[in-house]
Amino acid sequence: MNVLVYLVPAALLLGLTGLIAFLWTLRNGQYEDLDGAALRILADDDLEKHTDPR
Amino acid sequence: MTEAVDFSTFVERKADGTAHMALAIEGIGCAGCIRKIEGGLTKLPGIVDARVNFTQRRLAVGWHDDAIDAARIVSELERIGYRAHPFAPERAEANETQHAKWLLKCLAVAGFAAMNVMLLSVSVWSGNVSDMTSETRDLFHWLSALIALPAAAYAGQPFFQSALKALRARHTNMDVPISIGVILALGLSLYETATHATHAYFDSAIMLLFFLLCGRYLEQAMRRKTRLFAGNLASHKAAFAYRLDGNGELTQVPVAALRPGNRVLVRPGELIAADGAILTGVSEIDEGLVTGETVPRAVRAGAFVYAGSTNLIGALTMQIVAAGGGSLVDEVERLLQKATEAKSSTVRLADRTARLYAPVVHATAALTALGWLVGGASVHDAVVTAIAVLIITCPCALALAIPAAQVVAAGQLFRSSVILNSGDAIERLAEVDTVVFDKTGTLTLPDREVETSAIDPDLLERAARLALSSHHPLAAALARQARLRAPYAGAVEEPGRGVRAAIDGEEARLGSAAFCGIDAQIEAARAPAGTSFIAFAHDGQVARIAIGQALRPDAVAVVRALQARGLDLIILSGDRPDAVAAVAAQLGVKQWMASLTPAEKIAVIETLKSQRRRVLMVGDGLNDTPALAAAHVSLSPITAAHLAQVHADALFLGERLTPVLRAVEVTRRARALMRQNLVLTVIYNACAVPIAVAGLVTPLIAAVAMSGSSILVTLNALRAQLSVAPSRKPAGEAARPPAQDGSLADTTMEPVR
Repeated sequence: MNVLVYLVPAALLLGLTGLIAFLWTLRNGQYEDLDGAALRILADDDLEKHTDPR
Repeated sequence: MTEAVDFSTFVERKADGTAHMALAIEGIGCAGCIRKIEGGLTKLPGIVDARVNFTQRRLAVGWHDDAIDAARIVSELERIGYRAHPFAPERAEANETQHAKWLLKCLAVAGFAAMNVMLLSVSVWSGNVSDMTSETRDLFHWLSALIALPAAAYAGQPFFQSALKALRARHTNMDVPISIGVILALGLSLYETATHATHAYFDSAIMLLFFLLCGRYLEQAMRRKTRLFAGNLASHKAAFAYRLDGNGELTQVPVAALRPGNRVLVRPGELIAADGAILTGVSEIDEGLVTGETVPRAVRAGAFVYAGSTNLIGALTMQIVAAGGGSLVDEVERLLQKATEAKSSTVRLADRTARLYAPVVHATAALTALGWLVGGASVHDAVVTAIAVLIITCPCALALAIPAAQVVAAGQLFRSSVILNSGDAIERLAEVDTVVFDKTGTLTLPDREVETSAIDPDLLERAARLALSSHHPLAAALARQARLRAPYAGAVEEPGRGVRAAIDGEEARLGSAAFCGIDAQIEAARAPAGTSFIAFAHDGQVARIAIGQALRPDAVAVVRALQARGLDLIILSGDRPDAVAAVAAQLGVKQWMASLTPAEKIAVIETLKSQRRRVLMVGDGLNDTPALAAAHVSLSPITAAHLAQVHADALFLGERLTPVLRAVEVTRRARALMRQNLVLTVIYNACAVPIAVAGLVTPLIAAVAMSGSSILVTLNALRAQLSVAPSRKPAGEAARPPAQDGSLADTTMEPVR
């Protein structure tokens, strides 16, 4: 059972990392425009010549 | 329009010298729009930042004041092809956004804790049936406590705060048993852990919070979405007014920037932006939106006019006064206050259940403890069993049962172009047995319509094209009939009389009868009430074009469908009896009353209420506002007067009446689902409580029972989503009255998904 000494903290740490990452995205305003984000990925801003999508 | 537009009320200045503004944008529909708007703006000099929020159909833009101004930005957007409406977000909306963020944070913390505690709990459960030592189990329990206690202290705040508030006000709500359950479960688990016991309920407590927060967040998101959309619509409607400044200069300002004491110029055809007294000018105004009266009122200096009236003939200057200056506004305000106070705060289904639920559950727990003590069990065992009863009955499913159904119903209403102002409107709409309609602007279209049937189409086309050159509101209705949307060259408008132009070398005139050389006597001939005439003369031909209020295209079908569902329909109008009688006959509504004042409308509604009827009031005018507030539940078209919109429980969009029918249908189904869900939770409790009372509940059983019941009620609520495909067309589309021309473009707005 000695394996628990580092497995349990590791599991908690991973969970905490996820929580902190989520709170960071929330603070960053990443959930304020969910539909927009889905569409922005389709825009090819990085290409020189592009046609209007749709 | 060359006048400068003053947007300063909407502009917010930051410390770094940049100015910022929020705009609601019409017509954003695809990914291309985002790039077009952002790209188009950032090309301008001085723009610091332009960011479209596609979900909200809004744009946040920042700029340097010395390089560009707000008016330039709006006109640039117009050039790109988007109408932009600056707005200041309402305070309520900002609060909602803040609250949503807080709930989401609580949800995240609860989710994190639930996952990790469950990880430890599952290990303990499997360890208990295999070879786990008690030391390891204690370690895991302590770890669970370490995670669950701070997490519950944080994520439980929404419930604890609400429960405290309710207790302070000396009543209980659903959050009281929730808080008690969570706190007891945590306390008991801590004690059990300290005494090296086998079972701890950390996972149950934190999972309960997680499920409940999901429900809370969904409910809140639904409210926020509709409020946001309503905010956008309000800003789309926000008009501009021409303010006369001290030095006699004319500034175009948003209506929101007008203050009492300002002087405003209102030109013919324009909407009067605020209540006020006329200083100079003579005109006629159309107060259909305010009083329901369809015949224009003649006004001169000193007369009081209301926001929402349309100025018909002559230019007016008026001084804005704060509400309270006019008799009607005074009256409406007074009635409104009374109606709002008198409105018996209808107890929501959820709260009614909570009132019943909390005493029953707590009594059961107490009896359980007592029973075990009498049966000879130790105090510890008796208390543990009692707390297990509280945990298993903790109203997890109950707290989800109603919000889940509400969220689904609100989504369906949204797709049927109904926007809810208040969350409990769903329950109240479902209970309706009587529908009271206002006539003008509610059963009829807010804009006037041309009676096209009696006129030679070719002549009509010429008249309509000539009407394109006029600012008169009647001409505007006629102009919509023009197939070729090109005005005649050289058309001249003579204010107060009409418009003339040379068509094929012959002079054509459109306007008053005298202006067109028609004998005014003919015009006096008996015409349907509320109908106005425009005369047209060209090339020896003359025509009198009738322009009047037209019923909403699906009004007859909707009225029939409502009657078929057993609802009593009544028309209460401020308009004259003959006009109301005609509409009532056309619709087949037997009960109607005309020439009602706001006070009389309320009186009728009060009478209906005293007969224990649940009244749905559908109205749009300022004169309907007290009645809207007094009725059990109320609906307004989006074209309604501002005050009416504020007091209506829900708004509907577009020129059809179908949303009214859909609102009743959807909410009735939602109520049925809520009841089903409540029955499901009762069945669940009926099964789970005996097990708990018998002392057989382990944390594993509690976890399975709780999540199982929550998922069950949520799935049941989602059933409504599957069973009905949203139909936007009314059932009897073909039954539209023949007199109304269907050629008008359908202006139904597609709500933001």
